[in-house]
Amino acid sequence: MLVALTIATAVAALALAAWCGFAAYRDQPTKDWHFIGMGVVTLLALVQLVVGIVQLARGEDPEQGTTIFVAYLLGSFACVPVAGFMSLAERTRWGSLTVAAGGVVLAVLQVRLYDIWGG
Amino acid sequence: MTDTKKSAPAGGRQKLITGPGILLLWLYGVMVVGAVSRSAVQISTDFDKAPLAYSLSALAGLVYGFITYSLVRGGDTARKAALVCCAAELVGVLAVGTWTLAEPSAFPDATVWSDFGMGYLFIPVILPVTAIFWLVRARRTGR
Repeated sequence: MLVALTIATAVAALALAAWCGFAAYRDQPTKDWHFIGMGVVTLLALVQLVVGIVQLARGEDPEQGTTIFVAYLLGSFACVPVAGFMSLAERTRWGSLTVAAGGVVLAVLQVRLYDIWGG
Repeated sequence: MTDTKKSAPAGGRQKLITGPGILLLWLYGVMVVGAVSRSAVQISTDFDKAPLAYSLSALAGLVYGFITYSLVRGGDTARKAALVCCAAELVGVLAVGTWTLAEPSAFPDATVWSDFGMGYLFIPVILPVTAIFWLVRARRTGR
């Protein structure tokens, strides 16, 4: 369950990164549709956070330690919304590029989460 | 948020986080969270395993934190301070990167700056260079 979610979140994050990267390429700020996309990705990260905590509560142990696991779950959840807010403050292509960078960072976090959980 | 526009009016601080600056701010923010939380966990759990590596990560976190704060604050003093820190950061990355390659035994565990920041997609080595360009350019256009 967690692994499937991790993969889904990583793929969604990369798609968001490509989409916002394309907007930046076309010299456009983030638009409503982009924010809906960010919402979807954030929702996935939130579900992942909840599922991760439930797994912990059921007594399953992440391979590399609970603290690090929870820290990464929280980081993934916060990642895209923070980038989204920053793109609201910067209504140019650079705001879009920031969200794209946020998507890439989230994908990297997912790879790390996969390792931390232990595959 | 104070309303200082791109070309700062008299009295207002020059903004450093417009345009490409916002992307720099984001990447620095990520590095702050990464370096600080990483060193906090490592120092509080098993500091004795690799004291040097963990202390360097904490130091890197502090430098990143200061640069992030300077970018948000804006103005010429902050810009200069950030410039000095970026230079220090670049020296740090290059020195620690070389050090980890030359003498791996000194580092039983990785730091943020190990192998020139390879574990962080080389962002630690690319970031200061980009930031220095940005901060120097901000001086030319800002006044």
